[in-house]
Amino acid sequence: MTEEQRIVLRNADNIDPEKIEDYLQTGGYQGLEKARSMSRADLIAEIKKSNLRGRGGAAFNCGLKWSFVPADAKVTYVVCNFDEGEPGTYKDRIIVQKDPQQLLEGMAICGHAVNAKQGYIYCRGEYPYVVDLLNRAIDQARSKGVLGDFSIEVRMGGGAYVCGEESALIESIEGHRGEPRFKPPFPGVSGLWGKPTVVNNVETFANLPQIVLNGAEWFAAIGAPKYPGTKVLTLTGDVENRVFIEVPTTATLREVIFDFGGGVKNGSKFKAVQVGGTSGGFIPELLLDTSIDFDSMRSIGATLGTGAVFVMDETRDIVDIVRRIAEFFKDESCGKCNPCREGTFRCCEIMTRINKGKGTAQDIDNMTRLGKVMERVCLCGLGQASPSPILTTLQYFKHEYERKLLIS
Amino acid sequence: MAEYKQILNKYKDLPGGLLEAYHAVQKEYNYIPEEAVREAAAVFGIPASKAFGAATFYSYLKVGKRGKYIIRICESAPCHIAGAAEVIAVLERELGIKMGETTADGKFTLEFTECVGQCQATPVITINSVPYVDIKPAQVPAVLAQCK
Ligand SMILES: Cc1cc2nc3c(=O)[nH]c(=O)nc-3n(C[C@H](O)[C@H](O)[C@H](O)COP(=O)(O)O)c2cc1C
Ligand code: SF4
Ligand code: FES
Repeated sequence: MTEEQRIVLRNADNIDPEKIEDYLQTGGYQGLEKARSMSRADLIAEIKKSNLRGRGGAAFNCGLKWSFVPADAKVTYVVCNFDEGEPGTYKDRIIVQKDPQQLLEGMAICGHAVNAKQGYIYCRGEYPYVVDLLNRAIDQARSKGVLGDFSIEVRMGGGAYVCGEESALIESIEGHRGEPRFKPPFPGVSGLWGKPTVVNNVETFANLPQIVLNGAEWFAAIGAPKYPGTKVLTLTGDVENRVFIEVPTTATLREVIFDFGGGVKNGSKFKAVQVGGTSGGFIPELLLDTSIDFDSMRSIGATLGTGAVFVMDETRDIVDIVRRIAEFFKDESCGKCNPCREGTFRCCEIMTRINKGKGTAQDIDNMTRLGKVMERVCLCGLGQASPSPILTTLQYFKHEYERKLLIS
Repeated sequence: MAEYKQILNKYKDLPGGLLEAYHAVQKEYNYIPEEAVREAAAVFGIPASKAFGAATFYSYLKVGKRGKYIIRICESAPCHIAGAAEVIAVLERELGIKMGETTADGKFTLEFTECVGQCQATPVITINSVPYVDIKPAQVPAVLAQCK
């Protein structure tokens, strides 16, 4: 059986997150010291070699992303994506609440690699208590002098899910409506205030101190070769233990739900699990032996996403849940592009009709076609991923829809 | 209470400071007064349409008066299946208002929200951003009674 393995949560509950001294005693800021003894090119090469892939959902190679920042750029920025708006996800909050200094150290390591003097943490507005904790941690790091000439500022998000998308997040830090930008140019070339900017997720940054300290080979050997390391998962819904865990990426969904989660609540039968947050696909029992790494999830039409694991027991009404999710996307669509603004509205309308017992087979066909178009033509990931819960449930749980259709 | 003019001026020179200024005003007032948005346009040197555009884009920010206690109920899928609807029903009954409304005495406002990142113990409500997790309909009267 797979055991928990803690890298980013190694200090959780072992140190006082309010005390930088505790963090320093566990070897804190030694990774940054080592990083600063390396050339920028060597540091980027090392991170690239570790094959650390972004933990915010898209799983892009972290070192490769950093290498897009022009080496001769005078002003560059490091931005931490702590928007964490994906329903069912609270892992970044846990990582920061248990060990805020580790995030600051990770950002400073990135700062050295891309020659940035300024970092921003974009923290969701719903976490004002974490914003306060971060500001205290930054004050302590500053007075200890551990960050050197690298400064970090916290900015608050405003409860818009789309602001988790990196270019919308940049717009938001600039003080605007959080609408995604057309790409290219990518933020690595032109980001915050038009300057080269690296945007990474909290968990991605939190991995860096240990990777630098222990070396790329150490990290690359943990978990699945193509998506190495661990992943912090949050278990929600009808699972006995609604906990957070950190496991190597070779752990299977069955292990996650039944070994760590203690199985379905009250000994009920399993029906489905949605992995990766509310835009993730629904997975039936027969695919539970898939491991959680990004590529294995992809191969079954699902996504690892943020690592949210939402379990549903046999009594749950899939159509009703997917209708709620469709409403989420309708509300959160920023409206900038037509296929998403109109598409999420229509999906929600049709899902509501079906859920009320007034839908037809034609509705299902139309929605399937619409979803496939949206996946291809929406401007950002919000619109592109929004049909996934509909399309995967139509694939694996079609009988639940058919049961609700108007008999014509 | 700090005047919104003073608050806005504090953020005048901060790059991208408009949203930080809005957060600071809302922290003080519990909402953003409409006049504060017009004032922000003047302070930051932007058209009023831009100032309103930004203020109204974000669900966590609210232009226009609301109650002393803002109760938000998460309706995202994990809270939805955990019985958010029953919690909403009791809140509406106890306060005599519908979701989105404020009580006549200006004490309570009820709002929907999506996930607030406390999904380890659903359903979840927040009162002035403080989370109350694993909330049972029967607990609602006692929770409301704590709001003085
Ligand atoms: C609608 C939408 C919401 C997103 N929300 C988040 C989020 O809350 N946190 C996050 O780290 N990434 C989020 N992302 C992914 C980011 O755009 C970006 O890929 C990520 O921050 C890059 O960091 P990483 O490479 O370390 O994963 C979101 C993407 C989309 C399209
Ligand atoms: S896909 Fe949706 S959220 Fe993304 S830019 Fe288009 S309208 Fe906005
Ligand atoms: S789903 Fe309700 S708090 Fe996360």
